[in-house]
Amino acid sequence: MIRDLLRPWREASTWWTLTHLLLDVAVGTVAFTVVFALLVTSVVLLLTFPLAIPVAWLLVVSARALAQLERSRVGALLGVAVDDPVPPLAARTAWARLAERLRSGARWREVAYHLLALPRGLLTSIVAGAAWCGSAALLLLPLYVSSLPGGSAKFGLFEVSQGPGAALAALVGLSGLAVAAPWITLGLGRLDVATARWLLGPRPDAELGERLSRLETSRAAALDSAEAERRRIERDLHDGAQQRLVALAMGLGAAKERLETNPEEGRQLVAEAHEEAKAALREIRDLVRGIHPVILEDRGLDAALSALVARTPVPVDLRVEVTERPPAAVESAAYFVVAEALTNVTRHAHATRAAVTIARTADRLVLEVRDDGVGGADPDRGTGLHGLRDRVTALGGTMHLISPPGGPTTLLVELPCGS
Amino acid sequence: MRIVIAEDSVLLRAGLTRLLADAGEEVVGTVDNADDLLTVVERHQPDLAVVDVRMPPTHTDDGLRAALQIRARWPRIGILVLSQYVEETYASELLADDTSGLGYLLKDRIADVSEFLEAVRRVGAGGTALDPEVVAQLLARSRRRDPLDRLSPREREVLGLMAEGRSNAAIARELVVSEGAVEKHISNIFMKLDLPPTENDHRRVLAVLRWLES
Repeated sequence: MIRDLLRPWREASTWWTLTHLLLDVAVGTVAFTVVFALLVTSVVLLLTFPLAIPVAWLLVVSARALAQLERSRVGALLGVAVDDPVPPLAARTAWARLAERLRSGARWREVAYHLLALPRGLLTSIVAGAAWCGSAALLLLPLYVSSLPGGSAKFGLFEVSQGPGAALAALVGLSGLAVAAPWITLGLGRLDVATARWLLGPRPDAELGERLSRLETSRAAALDSAEAERRRIERDLHDGAQQRLVALAMGLGAAKERLETNPEEGRQLVAEAHEEAKAALREIRDLVRGIHPVILEDRGLDAALSALVARTPVPVDLRVEVTERPPAAVESAAYFVVAEALTNVTRHAHATRAAVTIARTADRLVLEVRDDGVGGADPDRGTGLHGLRDRVTALGGTMHLISPPGGPTTLLVELPCGS
Repeated sequence: MRIVIAEDSVLLRAGLTRLLADAGEEVVGTVDNADDLLTVVERHQPDLAVVDVRMPPTHTDDGLRAALQIRARWPRIGILVLSQYVEETYASELLADDTSGLGYLLKDRIADVSEFLEAVRRVGAGGTALDPEVVAQLLARSRRRDPLDRLSPREREVLGLMAEGRSNAAIARELVVSEGAVEKHISNIFMKLDLPPTENDHRRVLAVLRWLES
């Protein structure tokens, strides 16, 4: 029984929780001040609509950053993981992203958390501080009183003198320190955890809906990009190999007629048809390799990318650190991202060198394509990168393109490997 | 020359058989999968096996693996691997330690009948035939880029043809120059790249490949 009552003293978590509680008021003051000021400013500025926009943006962005800080503080000091329910932004333009932020319930709960942070911080820090310091003061009271000239001290209505009074105070202080203060600390810690879970954590119902709509968006994007890919293949076959085969059939037909009357000219036509047939073969081979590179399936990313790099006219420095093969869908997305990036490097970047780095960590595949070209690449123009972003997003990955005008261009892609 | 053909496409198998027969070669067996290939090679002991990479049973690189087994068990049988695509990785696996009696060509090359037949005879006689595309990949991939820069464009061309397995006479024909000029280019290349000079065609190929891969 007594052992149980004294249990918090023996546990490190009590002291971490106390640290957390004492920090509450400081963190709460900062968070509240920032968020409250930005919220009030943006509401006031709503009267002059355009001015409210940057402030509102600053509000959601700083609330988000502070919320991340709080999640990690709760995780580190209270030992409770609060999952981040805020979905990554999917919209492509800055405007759409701002609208997405302002519509997100999870982001507004983060704002509410910061507004509550100050009163809650005052409560928890003061109560915890008072419990510990007050008990300690009572415990030390007899010493204090005995050192006074009169042997007694007056605290408002109470007067404590040496003897039973001081001894009683010391007893109260001791039990406060031994039992009450640690338990109050733990209780207040629970309050912090509950608040963080309630406002910073995921909401089963609401988040499910949000995730579902995000999944639907990425699935629709994946379908769109598959459709676009099919159209591209159809166009390539139609404009390339099919036309060559038509020309080949015509040439052979003409040669058949001519061989009777003018064998020399007939032979010439057959030779031309032969060249046409070889060109058609070459085109179909390139096209099929573009759809599904066999070597990727057989030998993995290193071999496939080496071959790809060897076919690229610009010198490419390739580094592949992938020992365990990722799932096929991830491998092929990574391959096509590099293929498209190198195509862009060759066609648009006017680069003299490029570097491809691809590495696998425990649960993700990270790849980077850099070139020293003219920069200014924009995934929203041109279908190549756009389609790839959809593909990467559909796999739950992220893609960033950094390409200032004047270069250099860096493409960063992360793909989860499931493991 | 006695030849075995392993190719799962009926059209291509019939076409190859006819092409080789018309050229006066003897096709002693044809199969459509990698397992049968080993049986037929064991029974007939041909001079050359023409092998497709992708074949049943698994339709991945069965032909390639069968080719490696043949090389291990009957080293004197020449092997000409044909493929829809040629990849440097596969070439390196095939050429692991010896290039004699080995060929690796894109299927498209069959269309140039006389060159294809030349490659068949070269490999059957213990020589080498590497597809220009493989050689291009090797040249592009070579980590020792700097010494390659020291070669003149003409010397690079000669180096590529050497790596394909061509003899001096064949290189001279291809580039329309005299054989003496080719010899001069080659001795320049060997000197610039610190390669040991060798006479035999396939040993030259091996030297070039080792240098490119290092």
